[in-house]
Amino acid sequence: MASRIQACFERLRASGRRAFVPYVTAGDPDLATTAAVLDALAANGADVIELGVPFSDPMADGPVIQAAMTRALAAGATFAGVLDVVRGFRARHPDTPVVLFGYLNPLYRQGLAAACARVADAGADGLLVVDLPPEEAAQLTVHARAAGLDFIALFTPTSDDARIAAIAEHASGFAYYVSMGGVTGDTLSDFTTVAARAARVREISGLPVCVGFGIRSGADAARVGAFADGAVVGTALVEAIHAAPRGGEAAAAGALTASFRAALDA
Amino acid sequence: MPSTQDSGRFGEYGGRYVSEILMPNLIALERAWREVVPTAAFQRDLDDLLTHYVGRPSPLYLAERLTAHAGGARIWLKREDLNHTGAHKINNCVGQVLLARHMGKTRIIAETGAGQHGVATATVAARFGMPCHVFMGAEDIERQRLNVFKMRLLGATVIPVTGGSKTLKDAMNEAMRDWVRHVDDTFYVIGSAAGPHPYPAMVRDFQSIIGREAREQFLARNDGRLPDALVACVGGGSNAIGLFHPFLEDASVRIVGVEAAGDGVDTPRHAATLVAGTVGVLHGAKTYLLQDGEGQITETHSVSAGLDYPGVGPEHAWLKDSGRVEYVSVTDAGALEAFALCSELEGIIPALESSHAIAHAIPLARELGPGKDLVVNLSGRGDKDTHTVARVRGMEI
Repeated sequence: MASRIQACFERLRASGRRAFVPYVTAGDPDLATTAAVLDALAANGADVIELGVPFSDPMADGPVIQAAMTRALAAGATFAGVLDVVRGFRARHPDTPVVLFGYLNPLYRQGLAAACARVADAGADGLLVVDLPPEEAAQLTVHARAAGLDFIALFTPTSDDARIAAIAEHASGFAYYVSMGGVTGDTLSDFTTVAARAARVREISGLPVCVGFGIRSGADAARVGAFADGAVVGTALVEAIHAAPRGGEAAAAGALTASFRAALDA
Repeated sequence: MPSTQDSGRFGEYGGRYVSEILMPNLIALERAWREVVPTAAFQRDLDDLLTHYVGRPSPLYLAERLTAHAGGARIWLKREDLNHTGAHKINNCVGQVLLARHMGKTRIIAETGAGQHGVATATVAARFGMPCHVFMGAEDIERQRLNVFKMRLLGATVIPVTGGSKTLKDAMNEAMRDWVRHVDDTFYVIGSAAGPHPYPAMVRDFQSIIGREAREQFLARNDGRLPDALVACVGGGSNAIGLFHPFLEDASVRIVGVEAAGDGVDTPRHAATLVAGTVGVLHGAKTYLLQDGEGQITETHSVSAGLDYPGVGPEHAWLKDSGRVEYVSVTDAGALEAFALCSELEGIIPALESSHAIAHAIPLARELGPGKDLVVNLSGRGDKDTHTVARVRGMEI
């Protein structure tokens, strides 16, 4: 059976559209708001949702997402609470895939097999673990696969062909190409190189390629959409949610999603 | 004892839990460490610096009055406090900066907690004329103003880290982020036997000079006999692994690592990772951590900033599980008492970190009894801690 993520990319391909993949940090400012934000993302054209699982030491994230995670933890976000948000979303939106995006330790702490089972049971479709390169991935992917979860792997500008192939062995769903040597929130400038590398990742992995890191405007997303299968936007959304007045987070996230959607579809 | 360093793992511990972006760099670093470090040319440069710049070998000193006070085994101090910059940290910095030069890297970065590793890195970077950026928690910058000033005197740029708890672990996160942004020209000098492979094994190798010297010095002065016990403090664990490693296969030598119990391991305010922690993944390695049930890293406390870290080098995790090394803890109060004792009895002001080891050595000497010998790693000098100790005693200096 095709996973919800595969089915999503097949629909997009059939209609000639690019995926818009928003990222938000779960629990910032609180989990109830996150639930409303996810609804707004889905209603305004998100194809796949990346939901950040808060971690105290988010080494690969820039200051914006790091601060969001700190706020979420201070507001009492727990793993079970994040899964409840997913469960509620799944009941309201049967077709929109959700990928949990985070770090290994919160999963490792509860046991990787148990974590995968819980994540799948809540209705999430995949895991993206930023501190899990292919050399360490098997300990998680064996359980993810058993639970029916896709493992969304990161490919980066420093991944040569051999590493792309090694990463692809563990990857399913789609390939997440990190556009630059940086952290979330940095600025992307060299689209030509990104296009070439993303094409190489698609060729070797056989997966649809979504490009993330540094996509801050509709114009950036449109340029990425010209060569990639989708665009991931995180920091800009997290900033918009934080800047919105209390109660206005979902509207702000929805409006920004609609603008990225329009730019990608133009 | 079999070494598992070739796989980058110590049993299940260690590994490389980092973003893919850093993997090629870590692989290149591992290759350079394996291929360059053993060459005669590198070893000649390293020996020359350790001898004439760092001031090695450091003495192995028989602490007669501490011995008499304890009333048991003889207590020997391995005097890493006499190194240039006042602690063992520079052994590793000299090695890594030399390796950076061999790899053609032009920029040095480091993280620091108390500032000792930052000062040692800034020192060696100055020696080689390399730009140096040191990441330091904003909280630690406030607490360790003397070391911040020293780093600036040495020409380094100290970058305050305001995320998270604003301490060592956050400085390490920020240094990793900087490295991700500057993978091509930058060498990250990690200060402890922690982090992703090859750092734990590489730092261990550079610090093992401590144990190799201590072994040779002890044998020479005791008719070829080995000491009965070794004691060292463990934060990340670099001074301890440096002393312990050359003795691991000597089954007769009892080896004890001493962690920081802060207010007590039964309180939330401590840093005794191996004694009271659980296994997890942080800063690129699987190891013991201080974390909550959700896998969030908890804030630590120790009067000694150098032990105030929620993780520990993965080789120590493995040595704990294998039972080869015992890990115990000493409270702030115990360390402060040993600090005073060593100062008054031996005329040596020890670092608060090393004071934890001394605090455990005294009852251990009693337990071993007369006719036995134990070696304590006096990993650093206590000048940097005089403000802290004065404050604890209710004085301002």
